[in-house]
Amino acid sequence: MNRFQYASPVTKESAVELLGSGAVVLAGGTDLLSLMKADVASPDLVVNIKEIAELKGLEHSEGSGLRIGALVTIDELLQDSRVQEEYPSLIQAADGIRSAQIRSVGTVAGDLCQRPRCWYYRHGYGLLAMQNGSSMVVDGDNRYHAILGNGGPAYFVNPSSFAPSLIALGASLKVSGPNGEKEISVADFFQTPQSEAEKEYKLSDSEIVTQILVPAAGGKANATYEIREKEALDWPLAAAAVSLVMQGDQVESAKVVLGHVAPVPWNSDEAAAALKGKAVSASVADDAGKAAVQQAKALSRNKFKIQLARVAVKRAILRAAGMEV
Amino acid sequence: MPEFNWPESDRRWRIGKHRTRVDGPDKSCGAAEFTYDVKLFGMLYARMLPCPHARARVISVDTSAAEAMKGVHAVRVIQGPGTEIKWAADDIVAVAAETEEIAGDAVNAIKVDYEVLEHFVFEEHLDKAPEVNPAQEQTTGEPAQAFSDAKAQSEGYYGCGVVSHACHESHGHVAHWTDEEHLTVFSSTQAVTGLVGQFSEALEIPAANVRIICQNMGGGFGSKFSADRWGIECARLARQTKRPVKLMLERGPELQIAGGRPSTFARVKTAVDADGNLTGWDSKSWGTGGPSGTGSPPLPYVFEVPNRKHQHSSVPANIGPSRAWRAPNHPQACFVTMTALEDMAATIEMDPLDFFLKNISLTGVRAESYAEELKLGAQMMGWKRKWKPRGQNGDGPVKRGLGLSLHTWGGRGHQSNCEVLIHPDGSAEARVASQDLGTGTRTVIATVLAETFGLRVRDVTVRIGDSRFPASGASGGSTTVGGVSSSTRRGAINALEILLQKVAPELGVAPEELEAVRGRIRVKASPNRYLTWKQATGQLGVNPISAAGSNPGPGKLIDSGVAGIQMADVSVDIETGITKINKMVAIQDCGLIIDMLTAKSQVYGALTMGISYALCEERIMDPVTGRLLNDDMEFYKLPGIGDIGDLIVHMMTGPGYDERGVIGLGEPPVISPGAAISNAVANAIGVRVPYLPLTPDRVLEALEKGGAA
Ligand SMILES: Cc1cc2nc3c(=O)[nH]c(=O)nc-3n(C[C@H](O)[C@H](O)[C@H](O)COP(=O)(O)OP(=O)(O)OC[C@H]3O[C@@H](n4cnc5c(N)ncnc54)[C@H](O)[C@@H]3O)c2cc1C
Repeated sequence: MNRFQYASPVTKESAVELLGSGAVVLAGGTDLLSLMKADVASPDLVVNIKEIAELKGLEHSEGSGLRIGALVTIDELLQDSRVQEEYPSLIQAADGIRSAQIRSVGTVAGDLCQRPRCWYYRHGYGLLAMQNGSSMVVDGDNRYHAILGNGGPAYFVNPSSFAPSLIALGASLKVSGPNGEKEISVADFFQTPQSEAEKEYKLSDSEIVTQILVPAAGGKANATYEIREKEALDWPLAAAAVSLVMQGDQVESAKVVLGHVAPVPWNSDEAAAALKGKAVSASVADDAGKAAVQQAKALSRNKFKIQLARVAVKRAILRAAGMEV
Repeated sequence: MPEFNWPESDRRWRIGKHRTRVDGPDKSCGAAEFTYDVKLFGMLYARMLPCPHARARVISVDTSAAEAMKGVHAVRVIQGPGTEIKWAADDIVAVAAETEEIAGDAVNAIKVDYEVLEHFVFEEHLDKAPEVNPAQEQTTGEPAQAFSDAKAQSEGYYGCGVVSHACHESHGHVAHWTDEEHLTVFSSTQAVTGLVGQFSEALEIPAANVRIICQNMGGGFGSKFSADRWGIECARLARQTKRPVKLMLERGPELQIAGGRPSTFARVKTAVDADGNLTGWDSKSWGTGGPSGTGSPPLPYVFEVPNRKHQHSSVPANIGPSRAWRAPNHPQACFVTMTALEDMAATIEMDPLDFFLKNISLTGVRAESYAEELKLGAQMMGWKRKWKPRGQNGDGPVKRGLGLSLHTWGGRGHQSNCEVLIHPDGSAEARVASQDLGTGTRTVIATVLAETFGLRVRDVTVRIGDSRFPASGASGGSTTVGGVSSSTRRGAINALEILLQKVAPELGVAPEELEAVRGRIRVKASPNRYLTWKQATGQLGVNPISAAGSNPGPGKLIDSGVAGIQMADVSVDIETGITKINKMVAIQDCGLIIDMLTAKSQVYGALTMGISYALCEERIMDPVTGRLLNDDMEFYKLPGIGDIGDLIVHMMTGPGYDERGVIGLGEPPVISPGAAISNAVANAIGVRVPYLPLTPDRVLEALEKGGAA
């Protein structure tokens, strides 16, 4: 681990002032510290944001929905009774993140900003893991890598369990930077880097996420379904979050977002279209699952993930509709 | 001379009971000191530079920048220019510095030029191996005839990859030169006594000047018998810097260079006659355990099929060298055999329980135990009620299945010496240079001592983990419990004999007429004539009694050879390929059980470890670099409490078992889980998934090939 300076500001303005090239935000540290220990991140300055009071807390309001401060931990979200009632999709995503320790230290905002778990990236070969002009992921072991949006040069998968659910719920982020505050939808926040110089989300070195804004669920049926190999700490092999606006027993409109299958949380308009105007049934849900992976392309080792993604979509839809999975 | 035996069952007050570990409280509250916790005054921290290539020649090593760093005390090149490195993460240079961080920075500042050479890490593809060591072939009976006469034949391909030992406490030592000629090493080791010679030879000092200490250690599983090159380098760094030095492996190297279980792949054919009797076996196996390949697993396993042929090829590969992994070669042999037999049972549409029972006589001397255990296991599993033929396990996506397996092991007690002291104040002590790997060795010794003296376990003291105590064997091959319990028993009987002689005159009887029971030395024929233990020891004067006990020695206290069976009940989601363990039943014998809870815990641990290698644990090698990709606890996947299901353990005890004496238990229960679980999955989904671990990709692939998806 390299030597670095450490600052612990108490306002977001002073945090933004301290940030900039070579500086990095420290929230719960559950990801940042592993990156630093592996020499994948070597910041000159670590800016701890945990002392900034205004970033704490979680609030519900009738009109504008749920506001999640940047320092809200996964566990705080999980324990909130109104979140449990209105956003089962978020609860189901949080519940999968294992070890009570990670949940009580890791933040929801940090979950969105965590870096990919691609083993080539984590071994120091870079986010795109290019060697002599070819991708180590393509030539190497890619069993956990992307099946969608994998035309290159990025093949890692977005690791966030919350992102699909937040996107399906239409959430956005409040970001503070040198030019003040801005709002960006979670869907637009993520991007597929085209070069090693680009990051997988749109946040400059001097910006911080201050809040996550989730619109009132307003009776939207929502659910997340993750396919996990084990219950102990691990990452989903594939996941899907859905949010359904129902008209009687028919789907008026739907959002279907997949996780762990592409360099970004993968919004599937195809799956949403397959649901529109239909009453949810096992076969309708399965059709949506098929539609979601129609464009999927396997790398050398990850064909199984296409099947898993399809099943995740199907089961998330059935779960949202309150049907047995 | 006194008689050396174990007490009869009605005279066992301590032996065979459920006792929580004597060191349990210390371990659970963090007071127990592990090598990792040792912190000596002025201690330096060492780190090693790992080679990033699976095969390479070292061209040059430049350590100047590291040496110039503030806080760096010594830099030693371990493998210099000209050396061919044969596996990734092998150690190149060691650095000792004031802090771990400085040592890490120094390692990062070292520049090594390598000539990168071709590597080979995927031994499953035998045809692609650059080197295959000629097949050993063994034939018994007339296999060709058996296959031509067969009523039915079954054929299959089975494989399990390399797994790491993945010890919770990584390998390592703290070396401390108390003067220029005397070395004390705190080691995370399975061989306190054995390490003395290794350090003395490498450092060229008399063995008498070396002291090894290991009070607690966090798992070895067969990978910690050696001082290891890094241990010797640690002692050299300490000698050079005149400071104690700690060198513990980091997690990445721990998973790559500190031990692995060899892989095994096999093509197997079996034959039966019209009654379902196994008549023929034909197998070709191969596997690797690193640059020197690997020996043959014992195939066929346990079942001595009358007509059999086996060939094995050893395949060298550029991965960290294998080490003994809990029951070396048995889990692989068991997996290949029991899956092939279950496939045969499915071929002839027979319940595998019936098939195994039908052929049980082929298991040899312990056939009766196996039969008894299979019947008992079937009851505990509800086998006859739950088992259904392949392909008939439910309509929904989740299929349920049962599988079984059986195994054997030797486990004869190793050489062990014990000194037993009875102090004038009544305290009693056993000293053995053994080690407690977390298996309960301390508890076993305390139980035997307390039983022999008629004391409570909490009244006796056990001292182990120090090479200054009487020499005792390495803890490998399930040899410790037999070794230390018998040396302690003999030492304690000898010590008691001296005490009885001392106090006999006062009780007015011959020493043979006395016994030590319930804190008293009493006359056997009239138990009301007694001295309390303290009154008796009070007569010793100034010096304690010191008596020795050894194994081997007089009297039959130990034996070898156990039988065990296991059954698994699993659910497999055929849409996702995910397998969940519902329940496992393990029935195991191991002769006379010293402490029931310790024994059962050993089996629970083995089942957990077995579920791990059956479902998720494997080394994933990178085709590009030849490095281990999952060299962390994130992708080197181990199960948690929610992943292991309901574990039911039953130990065979009583007549037929107890009188055999003590037999080891560390290895046997870890042998069968892979086979039992694979069989349960095949039963559930109707096709064989040929590989362990049974990860979703492999389950889905097998379903697709088998046409059942
Ligand atoms: C064993 C293990 C298992 C896990 N399993 C899962 C899982 O299944 N699913 C899943 O989604 N996650 C999983 N995680 C990840 C975990 O959820 C994240 O590590 C955690 O949420 C990150 O939050 P943090 O507060 O600790 O972030 P930190 O580690 O402090 O930060 C992470 C990154 O985000 C940046 N950052 C943090 N907060 C902000 C902010 N407010 N503004 C700008 N940048 C910021 C940091 O600079 C850093 O780059 C797992 C982690 C571990 C260690």
